[in-house]
Amino acid sequence: MTGRWIRSRESILSLAIGLMLVLIASRFSGFVTPANLGDVFNDTAPLIILALGQMAVILTRCIDLSVAANLALTGMAVAMLNTAFPGLPVPFILAIAITFGAVMGLINGVLVWKLEIPPIVVTLGTMTIFRGIIFLLSDGKWVNAHEMSPAFTGFPRAFFLGLPVLSWIALFCIAIIGLMMSRTPLGRSFFAVGGNPHAAVYAGINVGRTQCAAFVISGALAGLTGYLWVARYAVAYVDIAGGFELEVVAACVIGGISIAGGIGSVGGAVLGAVFLGIVKNALPVVNISPFWQLAISGSAILVAVVLNAQSSRSKGRIILREAETTT
Amino acid sequence: MSLADRHIPDRLTGRGAQLLRSWETLLLLVAVGIFVLNSFASPYFLNAWNLSDATFNFTEKAMIAFAMALLIISGEIDLSVASIIALASTAMGLAMQWGAGTSELVLIGLLVGLLCGAFNAVFVTVLGLPSIVVTIGTMSLFRGISYIILGDGAFRGYPPSFAYFGQGYVFWVISFELVLFALLALLYGVVLHKTNFGRAIFAIGNNPTAAMFSGIRVQRIKFILFLLTGLMSGVAAVCLTSRLGSTRPSIATGMELEVVTMVVLGGVNILGGSGSIPGVVIAACVMGLVTFGLGLLNVPGIVMSIFIGLLLIGVIALPRLWRLWSQRRKT
Repeated sequence: MTGRWIRSRESILSLAIGLMLVLIASRFSGFVTPANLGDVFNDTAPLIILALGQMAVILTRCIDLSVAANLALTGMAVAMLNTAFPGLPVPFILAIAITFGAVMGLINGVLVWKLEIPPIVVTLGTMTIFRGIIFLLSDGKWVNAHEMSPAFTGFPRAFFLGLPVLSWIALFCIAIIGLMMSRTPLGRSFFAVGGNPHAAVYAGINVGRTQCAAFVISGALAGLTGYLWVARYAVAYVDIAGGFELEVVAACVIGGISIAGGIGSVGGAVLGAVFLGIVKNALPVVNISPFWQLAISGSAILVAVVLNAQSSRSKGRIILREAETTT
Repeated sequence: MSLADRHIPDRLTGRGAQLLRSWETLLLLVAVGIFVLNSFASPYFLNAWNLSDATFNFTEKAMIAFAMALLIISGEIDLSVASIIALASTAMGLAMQWGAGTSELVLIGLLVGLLCGAFNAVFVTVLGLPSIVVTIGTMSLFRGISYIILGDGAFRGYPPSFAYFGQGYVFWVISFELVLFALLALLYGVVLHKTNFGRAIFAIGNNPTAAMFSGIRVQRIKFILFLLTGLMSGVAAVCLTSRLGSTRPSIATGMELEVVTMVVLGGVNILGGSGSIPGVVIAACVMGLVTFGLGLLNVPGIVMSIFIGLLLIGVIALPRLWRLWSQRRKT
């Protein structure tokens, strides 16, 4: 049991993160103070929440490239709603953001489930469509801080028991998704569908519907993050979180979630996101230009995918050795 | 053995009937329809120079789309093409600063494209990793390197003779890019539809295991296809850089989506195994006409992307909806 844990992705990642922190601390001790680490976690919270949804989707052999566009569209929608009706209470806004995001996830899910269109095509398409709709909705204008109500922007930044609400929401999402993955039939069926769709059918699982459910979860979390993002930065425009979907996928791949489906864990997704979050926050501290970040996360994806393949490669029976070697 | 003996019919119905009902015919009708609609919608549409300008909307993307079509037919995908353009363009900019002439610039652009393609190919074929994740990774990596080199700066001041590739005209309104596009279309059409190599690509896409046991070198062919896609991205980088006359790390952002859309719109099965180059050529024209027509009507670019997205999903969804509907009617 312990031997398996030592070789698991979670422990390797924890070790890498620990090592990275020690290295940074050896030169910049201020980085590893609890207060700063709390800030880093808070900064990474949106990535963590989205990675949880993406994990569910990737487990079912799909991929959701529309999360960032969904986030931006929901963010713009609730920001404009807030401008029009400043009196709306925050819980109501939260409910709307989650529902709105879930509906967009449902659109992806239904296209994948009912029409059996490959998920990468569906979400590449909806990614551009959602971005375009933001432009139509906002007419290309920004919603700025002074147009939003103080309650709207204050909620994710409010402190509760020493942590910002944004961090609490991320922790809450980790707990909920963790419970769902390990304790509910739906959570287990994500693994079943991704591990072996044919076997899942014989086990009485509706593969398409399970994939659709994963997209709805991913969409709902993206919607939630949409509100949190816009409120935290107190601005909404067409291009917010541009390209963030790649970071989310990167967090999952780094966290050991197999793109071929069926393999992965909540802990992996969270650690993958935290790893990227620390890299992002540490770069300016150690005096490396933030322009390095994109290349670093790209390299991290490649390293992680090679590691994933090494750990999960099952030795199949080779029937014709020559054909295997000549190709 | 004569050629006729080797000919195995692709289809059992008549050739004419098949052609009439094919995806390409439908697409051609759509293209003609858009053309007619456009000429009614805007008085500026039917003008040789305007139409010539419109071709720039698709020529660079289509060059990549040809290679991408082959790659997708073989069951793989390359999402890093736009980032390859960024890296190749950045490399050309660096070379220019060190005093490289036009011919060296072109050579460097093509070489960087080829190297990037080889990089993808090694991960996918040698290490046996899924191409979607690998190219999502290299998509960040290649563009990331451009950002490291350029930051928020830009390269400007390419030699005047370099401008020919993106701005030159071979004859009257026929641009260099259009000629290159036509030549590449012909080349890729012949390679895919008339050579053993092309047949092997279809075989791999339909059943890689069966292809392997039929003596096709699956991994080697996939390697070549990734190289080709990289090379074509290099070609597109030369044209685009020459046309814009400058390099920024954000060059060609999101172009991978348009290239994939073009390929899928052209009737290539995203899961591999079927597709045609004429389809991709017509799809390129359709997309060029749509964006140009909407541009003339003052529709902003981001709204056009809604159309592109809808086109991508609609094109795949409609035949499936039709099949669902006709199945339901039968039972």
